[in-house]
Amino acid sequence: MNRDVAIVGIGMHPFGRHEGVSGMEQGAHAVREACKDAGITWQDLQFAVGGSHSAGNPDTMVSMLGLTGLQFVNVMNGCATGGTALSTAYNTIKAGMSDIGIAIGFDKHPRGAFASDKPTHEVDGGLDWYGGSGMAINPQFFAIKINRYMQKHGISHQTLARVAAKATRNGSMNPMAWRKQPFTEDQVLQSQMLAYPLTQYMFCSPGEGGVALILCRADQAHKYTKTPIYLNAAVMRSRRFGSFEVKASWLPKEEDVGPTVDAAKAAFELAGIGPEDVDVAQLQDTESGAEIMHMSENGFCEDGEQEFMIERGETEINGRLPINTDGGCIANGEPIGASGLRQVYENVLQLRGSAGPRQVPDDPKVAYTHVYGAPGISGVTILSR
Amino acid sequence: MTQQVSINTFVLDISSGEPQLLGGKCKACGNYTFPISAGCPKCAATDMEKTRLGTAGTLWAWTVQGFPPKTPPYLGDNDSKSFKPFGVGYVELPEVIVEARLTESEPAKLKEGMPLALTLETLFQDEQGRDVVTFAFRPTE
Repeated sequence: MNRDVAIVGIGMHPFGRHEGVSGMEQGAHAVREACKDAGITWQDLQFAVGGSHSAGNPDTMVSMLGLTGLQFVNVMNGCATGGTALSTAYNTIKAGMSDIGIAIGFDKHPRGAFASDKPTHEVDGGLDWYGGSGMAINPQFFAIKINRYMQKHGISHQTLARVAAKATRNGSMNPMAWRKQPFTEDQVLQSQMLAYPLTQYMFCSPGEGGVALILCRADQAHKYTKTPIYLNAAVMRSRRFGSFEVKASWLPKEEDVGPTVDAAKAAFELAGIGPEDVDVAQLQDTESGAEIMHMSENGFCEDGEQEFMIERGETEINGRLPINTDGGCIANGEPIGASGLRQVYENVLQLRGSAGPRQVPDDPKVAYTHVYGAPGISGVTILSR
Repeated sequence: MTQQVSINTFVLDISSGEPQLLGGKCKACGNYTFPISAGCPKCAATDMEKTRLGTAGTLWAWTVQGFPPKTPPYLGDNDSKSFKPFGVGYVELPEVIVEARLTESEPAKLKEGMPLALTLETLFQDEQGRDVVTFAFRPTE
């Protein structure tokens, strides 16, 4: 496995709602925690990559952290922003440009489903015919995609509920999670139907939080930590012609795979391993259906096998392939800039063996993350001990 | 009858009395888009021409919008007291699969493959008292 880049420090600001604390302050808190974890100071960092959707330009946070003159790149790729921050940091070190740097993500969103007051498609000077007609709504896409998938591959409503119930159970064991109240499958199914077949408790909500990860050349990792975690792959892919993506006003008749399939393949190839080698995975769970579909898109099962895998508890913390051990987006909410880095933060804890009550048993060695965002972009990372 | 006006004549033409969707066709590879785009997403050519899309098709996939969308961008009624859920789906036309509202919002009555035809739905009344309409598909069986 390629072992050129290591993660030597992690920091997080709890996810949730934090009145009176700006998104950027939450990001700065995460940076300070990550530095403490690696035993360094902000002055030791040679570069930073930061992502935020709604909480300001990340590079302006140097005024809170220290004006050291470091290279600071801002990135933005919708819900996959965290993945982009990490792959950019990874490439900077891998290219030999820097020895040590930091990937930062933070955000703070208003309540309710993500909405844009700018048209998502060409309007030719007229009214916003797409959003104006009631179509530019992310939950609709996820509902339409899983509804079709359920018909085609025999996934039940109960399985959707099992995924959400698992997320809230795992979240209840995570002190950093937003939602710590576990829901039963019945409570999930009986909550309000927001976009058939998805109910309120199956969805994640836009939220707040911050995460920071310190990366360095692997051959220097032991200067900072006794337990370096190696970043074996961090890749991004955009969509192909024929894939079905969020906010698409039309589709061609010829179908092709989505960006997740391409990103997963590239990441496994780079790491030199396969899905069967993964001990714990964090997959984009914008809602229950996304986790189910992303299991097969990332290569962890065939289409339709999720029904039995989930029924048998194989994706639980003590199962064959634990998925979203920290409660995922469903329990943590989705501060866009921070979300993808939260997944990596959780995997570092799992690989260090310090995830507390939600620790995956039997000494996990390989961990996987996947984020997906508009308008059809995916980021995948593979970590190992 | 109240006068009707298209939400945007860039995508929806109602001037003939019958609704028609306006898309694009690539002169190089024959690929269709909705709406017309500046370049072809299939072959990357830049010579696209405006074209009328078929008005009947089948349901490819669907959901029901169960909560009031935010305004902006939504132009229809989103008052939580009077809001009524509406169907949203992808409809397979002869040329492309387009996303549209559905006049049917009862899950039990929506099925992939069902035949549908283009129709209009009123979103709001403008200052001149005209109905501003958007495109939708209705079941034909």
